[in-house]
Amino acid sequence: MKTKEFIVTAIIIVVLLLCKFVLPKPIQFSPTISWIVTILLGLVFAFIFYLTIKGKPVERRIVFLLVGISLVVPFFMQFKLPLKISPEVQQVYDKLASLPPGSKVLASFDYDPPSAPELQPMAEAFVKYAFEHDIKIIMMGLWPQGPQQANQAVEAAFEENPALRDQVKYGVDYVNLGFQSGNEFVVLRMGESFKSMFPSDLNYTPYDSIPLLKNVSNFSNIDWSINFSAGKPGTVEWIQVAVDRYNLPMSAGNTAVQAPMVYPYLNAGQLLGLMGGMSGAAEFEKLTNLPGKATTFLLSQTFAHVVVILFIIIGNVAFLRSRKETK
Amino acid sequence: MKREIPIAITFIVGTVFALAYFIPREPFSLFERQFGDWFGIIAAFAIWLGALNLMKISAMKIARKKPDFIYASLIILSFLVMIFFGFYEGYKGLFAEPQFSYRDAGTGFNWLYEYVYSALSATMFALLAFFVASASYRAFRARNLEATLLLIAAFFVMLGRVPVGDMLTTWMPIGYTMSDWANWIMSVPNTAGQRAIMIGIALGLVSTSLRIILGLERSYLGGE
Amino acid sequence: MIRRLFGLLSGTVIFLLFLFPTNIVAQDEVAGDSLSGSESAMDTLLLKEKTPQPPFNIVAEDVDNDAGEAIKLSWDLSPDDFQDGNVKEYVVLRSESAEGTYDTLGNTTQGIKSFIDNKVEIGKKYFYKIAALNYEKVNYVYLWNANSESAVAGPVVATAQWFNTGRIWVLLTILFISGAIIYFIWGAKSGKSFYIRKIAGIDEVENAVGRATEMGRSIYYVPGIHDMDDVQTLASMSILGRVSKMAAQNDTRIDVPVSRSLVMVTAREIVKESYSKVGRPDSFQDEQVRYLTDDQFGYAAAIDGLFVREKPATIFLIGAFFAESLIMAETGNSIGAIQIAGTAMPAQLPFFVAACDYTLIGEELFAASAYLSREPKLLGSLKGQDMGKALFLIVIVLGIILQFFDVEMWRLFEVR
Repeated sequence: MKTKEFIVTAIIIVVLLLCKFVLPKPIQFSPTISWIVTILLGLVFAFIFYLTIKGKPVERRIVFLLVGISLVVPFFMQFKLPLKISPEVQQVYDKLASLPPGSKVLASFDYDPPSAPELQPMAEAFVKYAFEHDIKIIMMGLWPQGPQQANQAVEAAFEENPALRDQVKYGVDYVNLGFQSGNEFVVLRMGESFKSMFPSDLNYTPYDSIPLLKNVSNFSNIDWSINFSAGKPGTVEWIQVAVDRYNLPMSAGNTAVQAPMVYPYLNAGQLLGLMGGMSGAAEFEKLTNLPGKATTFLLSQTFAHVVVILFIIIGNVAFLRSRKETK
Repeated sequence: MKREIPIAITFIVGTVFALAYFIPREPFSLFERQFGDWFGIIAAFAIWLGALNLMKISAMKIARKKPDFIYASLIILSFLVMIFFGFYEGYKGLFAEPQFSYRDAGTGFNWLYEYVYSALSATMFALLAFFVASASYRAFRARNLEATLLLIAAFFVMLGRVPVGDMLTTWMPIGYTMSDWANWIMSVPNTAGQRAIMIGIALGLVSTSLRIILGLERSYLGGE
Repeated sequence: MIRRLFGLLSGTVIFLLFLFPTNIVAQDEVAGDSLSGSESAMDTLLLKEKTPQPPFNIVAEDVDNDAGEAIKLSWDLSPDDFQDGNVKEYVVLRSESAEGTYDTLGNTTQGIKSFIDNKVEIGKKYFYKIAALNYEKVNYVYLWNANSESAVAGPVVATAQWFNTGRIWVLLTILFISGAIIYFIWGAKSGKSFYIRKIAGIDEVENAVGRATEMGRSIYYVPGIHDMDDVQTLASMSILGRVSKMAAQNDTRIDVPVSRSLVMVTAREIVKESYSKVGRPDSFQDEQVRYLTDDQFGYAAAIDGLFVREKPATIFLIGAFFAESLIMAETGNSIGAIQIAGTAMPAQLPFFVAACDYTLIGEELFAASAYLSREPKLLGSLKGQDMGKALFLIVIVLGIILQFFDVEMWRLFEVR
């Protein structure tokens, strides 16, 4: 490692340690400080705008630094943001809320930790809501890391509402079937028999010994399903196999990158609602009245979106200006 | 024979899968199940193939002291640590009362998963935000009419997807705020475009699949 | 007086019990849990009030278009099935004879009017009853429960079908497209030539390979993150065959880091073959095609590291990509490599267009193999594909026109 890189890494570690042990917790800016920081950020952009117009576009690392600042600083700010519910998220919630107590829901966790910042808040809000309303959850994953994400969502629900730990019983109110390799073939086989793909659950309990699964043999015994997906295999494969061939009623939560791809299925009625990215998660949290991480992080996302838009505008103004000059 | 057998397998499996979609009864559904299971088994074994190849190449780099051998050592070390905790906790859980999985909260494997693997992976994904910004600044230009339309759509969707968009357009009549525009863009022009691309891709898929099933396309086997 | 009143009440209860087909049973018979509670006549009377009326109009029928593995039951809800009403669940009971013992098959929550029995054998007769169930439980222990059974439905027999009639339109479409493709391949074989429009991305492949040769640096070919079961990966493998041949001819090193083991095996075979074909089998080393990791962002991190350390002159990003597309493409851009990308993932196309020099969009990826080889039979299949596109266009336009007249043509094509 070069000396320069070593020094930078050391500085970052020291700053992080300071944040961890020295700074007061929680760190929160007053509204005035928040406004001042926002205005300062605005001024920096004005300067970049000036430089770009002068034909001196800023370096890539300055762009990265500004994005970093705009993502981190809002964590400490106290702006309250109004949140409007989009129709597709409302549809997911309406479907969930219409389920009578005792309904069986199949939840497939088809993602891994990288996508967790977007999908985990949805999963946590869903699990909490289901537990509080006596909705039974059958969890599984087409991604190896999915079942572990499901466990984390359950743990988060218990931490948030400790009373649930006694009320909700594993095997009776929820079960984690684990991961099975084979992508859409797993879904295809589940259409005939869940047991053929999951002979036991994550804790090695045989399928037939799990009370919740006593009367569940395939999709026809499922009242509704939800899929948290970050790619393939994911929502598209579930729609093509489980929804198309077995008429499984399904809603989904997707990463923002993947969501546009799923819209055609939503409009065709094959998908009953969609939560897209962090904003979808925040809307769902608002609807379920269980504010969580997505609501907290939405301010960061707002700042980041504005920063990207500003960069696009600056880049384009400079481009149009240079084109005019060459003409 | 090296070519003929894979082509024959492809033909049989491809045809059976196509027929099973239309013929629900046995033996087609049975074949479909069997082939699905085979795929699962092969995919599961293939993971070892990749892992062992990675180990072999990394070990060779260390043995030959190639410039980036330090990274290769890190790969081997991480691999062995995860494997050790996976097997150790799995073995412990199997004989514990009540039984637990190596992935349950409180296990060493889960600790590594949550505090090392998750953090590292999320960091990589987070890089996307930085790259989107730099790519936008450098390359998203209103060069022509189409690009300008795309930029305008991006503007509405990005602002409409976060609360600030609505805050800026509170003066607009109800149903015409930024989030409504964003929703409209996503569910009308975006869906139309996606459908067009999907139809094109689906046709490409049919054609490629047919070429492969009929053995006309063999380049994936290493030939013309 | 009290004794008389009690006697009268008991008599009425017994009379009512005979009059209605109502059972008040131990929970063990219904769901296997324990029931605690008194069995006195007063309790029985209370339970009577809580007993729901049974559902009615039970219909049991064989499920259409299946392998004979299911029977569908549907019913009209019990009059007591409403919010906070007397129905908590419906229990489905099945027997192999009308008068025989009925076993519990499954249950549904209140408000649900159907159930699919998928534990049936072809050709066997089945009889069904639906029981409306009410109960109260605390911590999974039933305090009491009461149910009432519907009339018997059946006999019904499950049968297997030879053709799924719900998919007739899919079959016809597939037949049309496949027929067109085969017809044009045939035409091509008999010497007919086909026009194919220029695809800039593919035309640049040769220049891109040449650039790496001139600069004396390597070529990186990234075939996406999907396995061999994805047609995009197959298409990518076809292109790899051509690219690696050009690289081998120029004696330029080509590296193929992959994220799936099966892709590694296939890609290795392809690259090795290309080297052999141009007479340089010794130049190929196994480690040129190597597996990195199945993990999406682990793969992206490894690729970024390789790009930054090895600084290839040319990068191909061709296959199925997700969110890692821009991470790789921007890193490639930052090292000044010429980049040719291709994917059929619509969401990733804008990223590639922004960060790469050339992009194969959607079906261009599938056409690339044919375009590069100029083989008539492959070009013929592209022509057949166009016929399919024409069919879709006609149907879409017709659908729009008919929609103006309130004719919902799509219902005709509904797939089940």
